[in-house]
Amino acid sequence: MSRITSVFRPGYKALITYLTVGYPTLETTYEVASILANNGCDIIELGIPFSDPLADGATIQKASYQALQQGITPQLCLEVAHQLHQRIATPLVFMSYYNPILSFGLETFCQASVKAGIDGIIIPDLPPEEGAELEASTKRLKLDLIYLLAPTSTEERISLVAEKCQGFIYLVSLTGVTGARQTLPPELEDFVNRVRQMTHQPLCIGFGVSNPEQARRAGRIADGVIVGSRLIQLIEEDATFSSLKSFTLSLREALNLI
Amino acid sequence: MTAKDRQLPDSRGYFGQFGGKFVPETLMSALYELEQAYLDAHADPGFQQQYHQLCREYSGRPTPLYPAQQLSAKIGGATILLKREDLAHTGAHKINNALGQGLLAKRMGKTRIIAETGAGQHGVAVATVCAMLSLNCIIYMGDEDIQRQSSNVFRMKLLRAEVRPVSSGSRTLKDAINETIRDWVTNIHNTYYLLGSVVGPHPYPMIVRDFQSIIGQETKEQVMTMYHRLPDYLVACVGGGSNAMGLFHPFFHEKGVKFIGVEAGGQGLETGHHAASLVAGRTGVLHGTKSQLLQDKSGQILVTHSIAPGLDYPGVGPEHSYYKDIGRATYVAVTDAQALEGFRLLCDTEGIIPALEPAHAIYYAAKLAADLPQNQLIVINLSGRGDKDLDIVAKAIGMDL
Repeated sequence: MSRITSVFRPGYKALITYLTVGYPTLETTYEVASILANNGCDIIELGIPFSDPLADGATIQKASYQALQQGITPQLCLEVAHQLHQRIATPLVFMSYYNPILSFGLETFCQASVKAGIDGIIIPDLPPEEGAELEASTKRLKLDLIYLLAPTSTEERISLVAEKCQGFIYLVSLTGVTGARQTLPPELEDFVNRVRQMTHQPLCIGFGVSNPEQARRAGRIADGVIVGSRLIQLIEEDATFSSLKSFTLSLREALNLI
Repeated sequence: MTAKDRQLPDSRGYFGQFGGKFVPETLMSALYELEQAYLDAHADPGFQQQYHQLCREYSGRPTPLYPAQQLSAKIGGATILLKREDLAHTGAHKINNALGQGLLAKRMGKTRIIAETGAGQHGVAVATVCAMLSLNCIIYMGDEDIQRQSSNVFRMKLLRAEVRPVSSGSRTLKDAINETIRDWVTNIHNTYYLLGSVVGPHPYPMIVRDFQSIIGQETKEQVMTMYHRLPDYLVACVGGGSNAMGLFHPFFHEKGVKFIGVEAGGQGLETGHHAASLVAGRTGVLHGTKSQLLQDKSGQILVTHSIAPGLDYPGVGPEHSYYKDIGRATYVAVTDAQALEGFRLLCDTEGIIPALEPAHAIYYAAKLAADLPQNQLIVINLSGRGDKDLDIVAKAIGMDL
């Protein structure tokens, strides 16, 4: 059982949060990660910024762009992960587009990740069809390679992802890019049920989740929820991070009440 | 197309080690659906007949293969022939692919068409086909390109397309593709992405190549009729690489025919301000495909530069990377200044104003021709006409319009 899978236990709903490393500063990443870890967050996704984030909406696009302007590199993200791993016990996952990892060297990157204390990797532009080479490294090094499913995924694809995915399956709530949404789609329950019938893996819902009410709805049907863009907005809105802290607590409470 | 030509890409969409489908999960089913629909259409004689009839009656094909006698005489070397894609409807080769995929979208029952454009030639071609086929059309175009290709923006609007400016990143073709993919992910159920070059995830590099292969097929017949032999060189500019692949691909098995792809050398390779991904890039993944890519040491995509907006792209079609890998084609770079020389050379000698993209090929072919005997045949793909570029050229040569 990996550090990620051990988060998922009967009756408990996991809270997973996303941060773009180095946005707006490296200090922010350290400070916010600690706040998240101390206020009910179970897994932290560290976003490695990429120049062409085609699965992301405006909020994460802007954060990625500015992080790159600050000189954030995959190497620096590894160092941040290493530092955080010393400070907090929360499992850490890298979220990165494929090219920075490919450019680093797949095996080298996986080795460095393990050394830095990373538990898993999520790559939004890597479907399982293209994952064999990376899987060879992640499996041997016991890193969880987390694949995604979307409302458009066919039964054939659900079983392919269920077979290849480790840690948890990332369910993309809607057809679209990342970003806070007022409402989640009405078909969400059907989608989750469709996946649930085909696998026993933990299922976590992300994309669009941006308030406790949505977290509760997602948490009722899934094993965890993933929040990203809304947290980045809160970092922008309040530099003391007190609204980010109370928001995180409110998500945790919403999930505990299920 | 014979079974032999269809060997690549393989079933996973690879040309050797290049190609594939590196896209968000949301798009995967749509790509499989597109591939199946395309293969069905490709095998349907009715579809093929409709495509070829429209190419003939609507686009004005076959385009001429013109022996450029004045140009050849001035250079005093090999015989230069121009494949006149600039004479096709809308003024560039882009119509071949837009027409084919427009028909495919219609056949698939899609009503909303989205596309990216750099120079605006693909955008105009898509807007044209959508007007003709009564399809809704949205074109994404970088702010920078909207500024420098304003006449094409106006053309698209006249053809009742909606042009959406893209202000992220380098505000050129690369960013327009990102934004089109984001739209596609969001509106996947009713939307067809009409990609304009031999780039992107499988099956696009195959589909675009097949529809553009009409250029090479015609060239082969025309040169055989005129000279009773195959040409010695095919020269074409390469941005994403669709006009070059369209010319090259039907000659793939003709080992005596040499392929030369001419990339944008911008202000010179040594300055870093260029768009020569095959000459100066390394393997990476962008926009769903693994190919040669201009990127920094951390795998971030570089901002490119070319005087020709249609070549201003950091990636290139995976099949070109494969051709380079196996030594089937040679790729070279020509600078902005040299392309302007090529531009003026064709204006002066032949009374033809080329687009700045094929002006790169003209410059290189003229240099090549100078060192070859007259009995050597060089075909240049004159992929588009230069009307769209008059502002850029006027500025570059210091002329006030």
